[in-house]
Amino acid sequence: MMEELSNQLLVVTVLAYLAAMIGHAAEYAFGTRSHVGRAALRPEAELAYAGAPATPPAAPVVSPVAAAAGPAAPRDTTGAAWAGRAAVALYAVGVAAHTGTVVTRGLAAGRLTWGNMYEYILTATLIAAVVWAGVLVRRPALRHLGLYVSLVLVVLIGAAGMVAYTPVGPLVPALDSYWFVIHVAAVMISSGIFLVGVVPATMYLLRTGYDNGKRSFPYTLGRRAPAAALLERLTFRMHAFAFPIWTFGALIAGPIWAEASWGRYWGWDPKEVWAFISWVVYAGYLHARATPSVKRTTAMWIAIAGFVTMLMNLFGVNLFFEGLHSYADAG
Amino acid sequence: MTAVDERVEPAPAPPRRPNRLLASLRNGWRQLTSMRTALVLLFLLALAAIPGSLLPQRGVNRENVGEYYAAHPDLAPTLDRLGFFEVYASPWFSAIYLLLFTSLIGCVLPRLAEHVRALRSVPPDAPRNLARLPQHAAPAASDAAPADAAAAIARSLRGFRTRVREHADGSWTVGAEKGYAKETGNLLFHVALLAVLVGVGFGSWYGWHGNRLVVAGADKAFCNTLQQYDESGLGARVQPADLPPFCVQLDTFDATWTEDGQPTSFRADVTVESGGAAEQRSFSVNDPLRLDGASVYLLGNGYAPILRFTDRYGQQLTRVVPFLPTDSLQTAEGVAMFADVNVDPATGRQPADAQWAFEGLYMPTVRSQPPFTSSTYPGERDPAVMLFAYRGDLGLEVGNPASVYQLPRGQIDRGKLKPVGEGRLLRPGEAWQLADGSRIEFAGTRRWITVSVRANPAQSLLLVGSVAGLAGLMLSLAGRRRRVFFRVTPAGPAAAGGPAGVSLIEAGGLPRTDYPGFADEFDRLVAAARAERPE
Ligand code: HEM
Repeated sequence: MMEELSNQLLVVTVLAYLAAMIGHAAEYAFGTRSHVGRAALRPEAELAYAGAPATPPAAPVVSPVAAAAGPAAPRDTTGAAWAGRAAVALYAVGVAAHTGTVVTRGLAAGRLTWGNMYEYILTATLIAAVVWAGVLVRRPALRHLGLYVSLVLVVLIGAAGMVAYTPVGPLVPALDSYWFVIHVAAVMISSGIFLVGVVPATMYLLRTGYDNGKRSFPYTLGRRAPAAALLERLTFRMHAFAFPIWTFGALIAGPIWAEASWGRYWGWDPKEVWAFISWVVYAGYLHARATPSVKRTTAMWIAIAGFVTMLMNLFGVNLFFEGLHSYADAG
Repeated sequence: MTAVDERVEPAPAPPRRPNRLLASLRNGWRQLTSMRTALVLLFLLALAAIPGSLLPQRGVNRENVGEYYAAHPDLAPTLDRLGFFEVYASPWFSAIYLLLFTSLIGCVLPRLAEHVRALRSVPPDAPRNLARLPQHAAPAASDAAPADAAAAIARSLRGFRTRVREHADGSWTVGAEKGYAKETGNLLFHVALLAVLVGVGFGSWYGWHGNRLVVAGADKAFCNTLQQYDESGLGARVQPADLPPFCVQLDTFDATWTEDGQPTSFRADVTVESGGAAEQRSFSVNDPLRLDGASVYLLGNGYAPILRFTDRYGQQLTRVVPFLPTDSLQTAEGVAMFADVNVDPATGRQPADAQWAFEGLYMPTVRSQPPFTSSTYPGERDPAVMLFAYRGDLGLEVGNPASVYQLPRGQIDRGKLKPVGEGRLLRPGEAWQLADGSRIEFAGTRRWITVSVRANPAQSLLLVGSVAGLAGLMLSLAGRRRRVFFRVTPAGPAAAGGPAGVSLIEAGGLPRTDYPGFADEFDRLVAAARAERPE
């Protein structure tokens, strides 16, 4: 019963994110005078300030919908702006359905939802979706990056449903450990944040490309992106936040659990190899960003490479390699 | 805090004649320890790790390497020579991380010295022109005398290291700095990486492991010596005699499954004997048996059918044969060989073709209908073993090493060992009367487990190192180093030589690391400094 409900909610989730994506795309395409256009035209200094880390005087808890409708676009009544607002509302519906999918799945299985690859992707993307909602609440100016966020969500959740679907089942004994819970929770939270972090990283490249006079296709998307400095800082903050969590999840909690379960803390199992690679690449990003002689665009490419290694670990390793990580079995 | 600080810079050393070799060495070292090199090496490390996930690795799964050899006979030897089947122990992988860590040491040591110096030194004096700093607060009047105002400002800067200085022109300055924890954390993180590397090396020298299969029962107990392991590995600094003495006997093994056969729990109850004392313990997957000097990990499990052979002279021989599972429902295969049977008690001679071997398929829950080829549930609801008999000469005495899990194929191919009849399904207690008067009985099963016994004395160092590293990393990423400066100049009557009273306070701020919220903090600090009343 719960399992069926969960599967139906999955469809709702994908459709809602898809609709949100279309809404964002509409706003993007038609919105010169809208919110998007203004955000793109706003002077950099102001945006950099808006992007300041917020120890905001008691950040009010607002739903993404209210945030978008509220301070983001006070008196904007163009159609494009309406599309943008509708997109945020649809996104909120998506997050609600997504949460429902995960919760009902957990109820059906009677445990936390990370026993296999399907559940893992579902939960990691939920974290990404919530992180993005949080970003939206704090920085409504970034609203239209939602186009890319919902695109990534639709692709990943769709892929989870199609290639990795697994019927509800119990945890295999190898996964029955609280270290496993801690390990996977940390890995999922950090993956979710890295997942969101790749969006401003990509937009930064498009935006700087556009600012440097590139007018060919992908760079034209950068025309309406927020100021490069804002994107750069957001990218850094996401990665700087996720990196220690990843370090803890993949390189500390994982080995502690592996020691208890398999007798060795580290064995160069394909999943471990790729977790290590991601870690090294992200460390490279942090280094590159801290080195003045390295161009910021280079640092961004490294961050994107880091994300590719995460995807490789999630899909490539799970589907094509044989390893000890039994939750990696795709159905 | 009104010490007047005069730090004398050391006079520059007289220039020495440059030495070519030294200069190029120094240059090379500078290159190696630069951030750019660190970046390149990090990138190379990530790249070099990839083949280890694409190609089979000896350290992970030895058999897969053999399969790869069989599948790619041309490529495999070359790859092997280049270390591709042991990537993480290969010279090129080691070279990269050793260079990286050399670079790390070269990078960290000077920064450590620099940081210690910074921690012990006082905040620098305010620059002449505060308006040139990223943050600036224009002079504002205060009704306190400059000395008092400066002291009050220093008091208001909580958490900052401050230094108040008096200047010849009657003005006072306050230099303040905060956020040393960032650099402390960064250094801690990088030093912890070194500790982890040392721990890994130490563990590979002083660690050891042994794997084996243990059948339940007192007659099948094993002791911790190298000979008793099916497979083992000792670190470079470990001698066989160093293994701690203990013996382990499997008493019972419990597993539970869901209705469709997915396992839900495993538990092994064992008797551990060490130092003359026996102790009941139990362990499971994720919950290893921690002994003094080693841990025992539960890896796999299965059934060992008990096969009792009675030869034509009435001699009985019982074998407990571990069958190896071939699927998740515990359909298992195994072989039982009876070489020393049918020896004529009168002559002591064994006729040719008197030896027997059985190839078997064990099913803890057999299907209700033929074909009896697979189990339908991993628990023993309706156990049965399907046996295929072979009679003849096993060829064992010739000294060919015999696998306990395989029939001697050579003897079968040479026609010296012949299959006899069709297979026969036996349930516990059932026997099969064989043509020459022998019989084979399926007397039930025992459980077996596979265990890995391991020790790694460096594990706690690794744990401490990595947790310290994480703490350092978080300090480093969250920390923000910044300086604020205040200049208090006499104004009004005091400036004109009159009674002290009024002064002008100007402030500047300098974030020394990326810190977008600094403007806010600076404004708050300036407001607090102005509000602080002189004592
Ligand atoms: C073993 C490989 C290394 C790893 C995994 C690593 C990792 C990291 C990480 C994650 C950070 C970010 C923390 C922060 O931003 O404060 C960092 C910062 C830093 N690393 Fe490394 N590092 C390594 C080797 C090196 C080497 C060889 C050098 C010197 C050449 C170096 C110099 C630095 C410096 C100077 C920073 C501070 C950057 C800043 O100002 O924020 N690291 N490192």
